[in-house]
Amino acid sequence: MSGHSYDAENYWKANLRLIFGSLIVWALVSYGCAILLRPMLAGIPVGGTDLGFWFAQQGSILTFIALIFHYAWRMNKIDEKFGVHEE
Amino acid sequence: MSQFAINIIFVGGSFLLYILIAIWAKAGSTKDFYVAGGGVHPVTNGMAIGADWMSAASFISMAGLIAAGGYANSTFLMGWTGGYVLLAMLLAPYLRKFGKFTVPEFIGDRFYSKNARLVAVICLIVASVTYVIGQMAGAGVAFSRFLEVDATLGLIIAAVVVFMYAVMGGMKGITYTQVAQYCVLIIAYTIPAVFISLQLTGNALPPLGLFSTHTDSGLPILEKLNQVITDLGFNSYTADIDNKLNMVLFTLSLMIGTAGLPHVIIRFFTVPKVADARWSAGWALVFIALLYLTAPAVASMARLNLMTTIYPDGTDAAPILYEERPNWVKEWEVTGLIQFEDKNNDGRIQHYNASESFQSEAEARGWAGNELTVNRDILVLANPEIANLPGWVIGLIAAGGLAAALSTAAGLLLAISSAVSHDLIKGSINPNITEKGELLAARISMAVAIVVATWLGANPPGFAAQVVALAFGIAAASLFPALMMGIFSKRVNNVGAISGMLCGLAFTLVYIFVYKGWLFIPGTNNLPDTPENWVLGISPLSIGAVGAIVNFAVAFVVSNATEEPPVEIQELVESVRYPRGAGQAQDH
Repeated sequence: MSGHSYDAENYWKANLRLIFGSLIVWALVSYGCAILLRPMLAGIPVGGTDLGFWFAQQGSILTFIALIFHYAWRMNKIDEKFGVHEE
Repeated sequence: MSQFAINIIFVGGSFLLYILIAIWAKAGSTKDFYVAGGGVHPVTNGMAIGADWMSAASFISMAGLIAAGGYANSTFLMGWTGGYVLLAMLLAPYLRKFGKFTVPEFIGDRFYSKNARLVAVICLIVASVTYVIGQMAGAGVAFSRFLEVDATLGLIIAAVVVFMYAVMGGMKGITYTQVAQYCVLIIAYTIPAVFISLQLTGNALPPLGLFSTHTDSGLPILEKLNQVITDLGFNSYTADIDNKLNMVLFTLSLMIGTAGLPHVIIRFFTVPKVADARWSAGWALVFIALLYLTAPAVASMARLNLMTTIYPDGTDAAPILYEERPNWVKEWEVTGLIQFEDKNNDGRIQHYNASESFQSEAEARGWAGNELTVNRDILVLANPEIANLPGWVIGLIAAGGLAAALSTAAGLLLAISSAVSHDLIKGSINPNITEKGELLAARISMAVAIVVATWLGANPPGFAAQVVALAFGIAAASLFPALMMGIFSKRVNNVGAISGMLCGLAFTLVYIFVYKGWLFIPGTNNLPDTPENWVLGISPLSIGAVGAIVNFAVAFVVSNATEEPPVEIQELVESVRYPRGAGQAQDH
């Protein structure tokens, strides 16, 4: 698969788009909800504390798992669509 | 049966299991030795990554850190898991497609430079050796407490066991022992947590128990904990903090560092396909999350348990008499990890935060200072005893702590020995070495690495806790950016990559040494290591993320000012981006 075929370029762009979207969510839950945006979530109570604390101790980790499985699943589809999947 | 006998049965039984696996999974080729033959199932690999990654720091220290720091130390939870998102999307699938045996080999080929490969080897060895010292020292603590042997003897026993399966089986032996070690460590971690969660909240699932109601008081357990500790002058457990920049950078450093640690990356070389590398990362995080979602529950519940043990009638009443202290306190006092000093001679244990703001209340109650010092690292190990759990649970914790330390040590030792035998010996000193010769060289390097690690574990340099930060700093500032640019940019060339790695590394090391002392020698620091002296409030532990940015920036500027990489290198970059034709990891 060397060279600059049209499909290869689009395949790589599709991958980059998916990564970019995933990393926005990745940053939003950890650096956002759990740290920088915590004061904004302070009004939402969760078991004796607030939503920001939940994101810091559980929510981020659960989101990370979902992100990786979603990425793996979507990329397998994209691999097949562009015909670069392994036999 | 005595507790000692129970511990021996659990630890001895687990060791026997690892050795049997080693005999079954003997490595016959360099491919077996470096990448376990390349046919490991993604779920199996995910489990092995879990054990490879979760070290003595995750198993023994992390809950203690969270218990002490509360919300502020959530950084460890997010930092040590978020790196897997980066691995899954930015590194693992492409490095698997590249299909070679080691991390420096990719850097050397992609940046068409033996010097780049050498810089990568040095970064790898420094990061991995510093990391392995902590594992061996952790194993030594577990041995001396639970098996009542001298820590050095304990270390030698541990080293012999690792030697058996790592030298014989290489990656193949390590993979299957790591799967067994994962099972041992996760059972050992979760069983006491389930018991404690049931005792305190009636909820059998610790992560749910963390946000449930405390049965005795009827309050949410976190609110109860806040109440108890703030009554004694400690900071609130769940309160927000001011220095957010440092919290963000520290989390980012841990994430990037995790993604750049070679002993984790090489585990992705063992699966058959690129798609499997992606699934592996997901499964790895599932298995890691089982512990990481339990740890914060253990942290808050164990801290509450500790407080109610000392203040059985509430924080307004007198604490317990030293003579009536529970048995586990006596046993840990022997190790010196719990210390008591009766400062006001009333025979009772006053445990509180002796800060200025609490001064007047302490004086009013006739307290002359905090009398109990509890080492953070004992929290998980003492957890079953604090909660009065049966003896077999304590034996299980001993076996689990050792599994966590040994599995990570083995992964690190493999990364070190493959860098020596494959990158140094075959890559530069003697390229014509036969496969048999290289396999022998790999086994000898592994044996030497074990001896060095054991010696350093028995005589840990005074800065053992700080060097772990060094390992993450190095991985974050040198290896991660080089690997990522090697995949995502066709323009970054040999000069750019080498200058980037060296600048990122130098920047990070200098910032750490200025506060921690040059080469960690006490007294040689230029500035005191306190928040007021940090540039923009950035702690030396958080600087790896900034070092990575320096690395990226220098590499781009230098590359754009110099020649494009040759066409065949640009084709190499193209080829790692497309999964088709990965085949199995191989030499050439």
